[in-house]
Amino acid sequence: MTESDSILRHPMSKYIREDRQPWIYCSGCSVGVVTQMVARAIDNLGLDFTKTVVVSGIGCTGRTSGYFKTGTYHTTHGRAIAFAEGVKIANPELEVIVVSGDGDLAAIGGNHLIHACRRNIDMTIVCVNNFNYGMTGGQFGPTTEHERYSQTSPRPVGNVEHPFNLVKLAASSGATFVARWTAVQARRATKSIETGIKKEGLSFIEIIGACPTEFGRMNRLGNGVEMHQHLLEVAEIQNGLPAHEAELHYDTRIVCGEFVNIEKPEYTVVLTEMNERLKKG
Amino acid sequence: MTSVEKVPQDKITIEGLTGDAAIAHALKQSDVDVLAAYPITPQTIIVEDFQKFAADGEVQTRVIPVESEHSAMSACIGASAVGARVATASASAGLALMWEILYCAASMRMPIVFTVANRALSAPINIHNDHSDGMGMRDSGFIQLYCQSSQEAYDTTIMAFKLAEDHGVLLPVMVGIDGFILSHNVERVEMLPDDAVQKFLGVRVPVQPLDPKNPITMGPLALTDYYFEFKEQQDEAIWNVPKIYKQVEAEFKKMTGRSYGMFEEYKTKDAEIIILAMSTMGGTAKAVADVLREKGEKVGVIRLKMFRPFPAKEIAKAVSGAKAVMIFEKAMSFGAVTSPLAMEVKSALYDLEKKPMVVDFVVGLGGRDVPPTTFVEGYEKTKKYVEKGKAPLYETLGVRK
Repeated sequence: MTESDSILRHPMSKYIREDRQPWIYCSGCSVGVVTQMVARAIDNLGLDFTKTVVVSGIGCTGRTSGYFKTGTYHTTHGRAIAFAEGVKIANPELEVIVVSGDGDLAAIGGNHLIHACRRNIDMTIVCVNNFNYGMTGGQFGPTTEHERYSQTSPRPVGNVEHPFNLVKLAASSGATFVARWTAVQARRATKSIETGIKKEGLSFIEIIGACPTEFGRMNRLGNGVEMHQHLLEVAEIQNGLPAHEAELHYDTRIVCGEFVNIEKPEYTVVLTEMNERLKKG
Repeated sequence: MTSVEKVPQDKITIEGLTGDAAIAHALKQSDVDVLAAYPITPQTIIVEDFQKFAADGEVQTRVIPVESEHSAMSACIGASAVGARVATASASAGLALMWEILYCAASMRMPIVFTVANRALSAPINIHNDHSDGMGMRDSGFIQLYCQSSQEAYDTTIMAFKLAEDHGVLLPVMVGIDGFILSHNVERVEMLPDDAVQKFLGVRVPVQPLDPKNPITMGPLALTDYYFEFKEQQDEAIWNVPKIYKQVEAEFKKMTGRSYGMFEEYKTKDAEIIILAMSTMGGTAKAVADVLREKGEKVGVIRLKMFRPFPAKEIAKAVSGAKAVMIFEKAMSFGAVTSPLAMEVKSALYDLEKKPMVVDFVVGLGGRDVPPTTFVEGYEKTKKYVEKGKAPLYETLGVRK
């Protein structure tokens, strides 16, 4: 490798399948940013990458798993967490990271999300919330705000439904680490992903992202840069705030921070202990 | 049956529409009460277009974009149970996620129209066309109609409501179009005026809706005592379909001049080899037949539209004079004797004294292109098999081995 090659090489490229480049993401999309957050968290922690599994579902964020140069699985729509639970239970030594979108994790896979939180199984879920189904063309989903426009909630009425607040959902379902950041708060978000990975239990980290191609276009929110600038402007850091106060109003106030960090018995540990007890009995 | 009249040409609207858009227009004119769906490629445009009609106040439909396909079909059954005219749309993995509820829809005799942009099943993930989703639901009790053109998709969607809601049938109908090949390609479509469609379809008359004034329970336990009787009735109902389908088509023809039949025959009269295929492959097959005919080959085409119920006797009759039936199909049944369409055709021919050879080619899985040359390759092979008097149970074409 020549010197210029080494300068041009991205420091995180060692984790990425460069033969799969260029990324499929639109310009101005946050998914690439979040991919780098995950790679940097893995790097900062010095994780054994050969024992790290990345699982994702369907959609734009669902494509993330395919870019990581380790054991990864691109599951069907909504099944990422259920699949990851199988991986973790079969081999608890593996570090399991789920990266998927709001539509995948909270709508079609919503049931798996709440039950994985309830079980407190050791995995880190990174959810990129861009407020719509981007890949299929920008339909409204479980996080789309009331009266927002989308392909399936066009003008003049907009979305008649109300969104989930994913931080509140994960916290009330029993996750032991819950955080929210925007895609522009890359260092803080990466730190939270690190904490989530280290945490023995279910960690849920929501990253508020921009989808300028679909959600941004239909709601006239500007291009990718403008949308990310907006995220920075309305982000309000409130570490330690009770999760039920972690409000999210896209236009005015996105409360960010680490909201839950508690200790509870982890599922695979409990399972192993139970098996040991049965063996002795 | 209501009496319909020929719609004059000046009342017809002509537009260039994709298969998805043609279906969306048909659903709009069919005065659907409830539409519940979840986004999946390549079906998304159907619901998106429909939502625009709803947002513009062009339809009275309650549209519910639910949280998964499992919920979509469940919501459809609920809406159908109270007597609504109901539609949904899906494809591939989304259709597969509905699987449990598909059987309920058919068993509970819910006349739901289910438009499908046929797409390959996972894994690995693939968004392109084949028929593995449709074949996966073939035993669910749905009527299955596969379309070749945007016009046919439009016409069939409208007719599907009349067929499904007929009291002699009361079964859900799948209307299939090839994902991307038809769902996303623009073709000329002649659309009827709204009032003509409304007159043709009328208002759904439910037989036994959920009604607080006359309380009934739907779907309770039927164990060893009654379950089998339910299935017997369901079986009886699906065999009423050919007769009622003919009536529906006859009436539609009066209005439009168009009809399709359970299958379409093309130059089959004196054909020695008949190509049998479904959906858009029918178009390619006919073009191939034209070229081969010019070269003196006696070849014809059957483009099957109705896969469920399978028109066994009619197909047997239509191919009985040929030396061979060359099947092109876009699905595999792993570990089966042969592939789904060939299994049907072979079973249909079993009782014939003199039967044509059945040659089965599996093609186009995951959207692999099926160009005319692939048909010619299959045709040459079929001729050789006919000479030898023996053919493999099935084989694949257009794949790296």
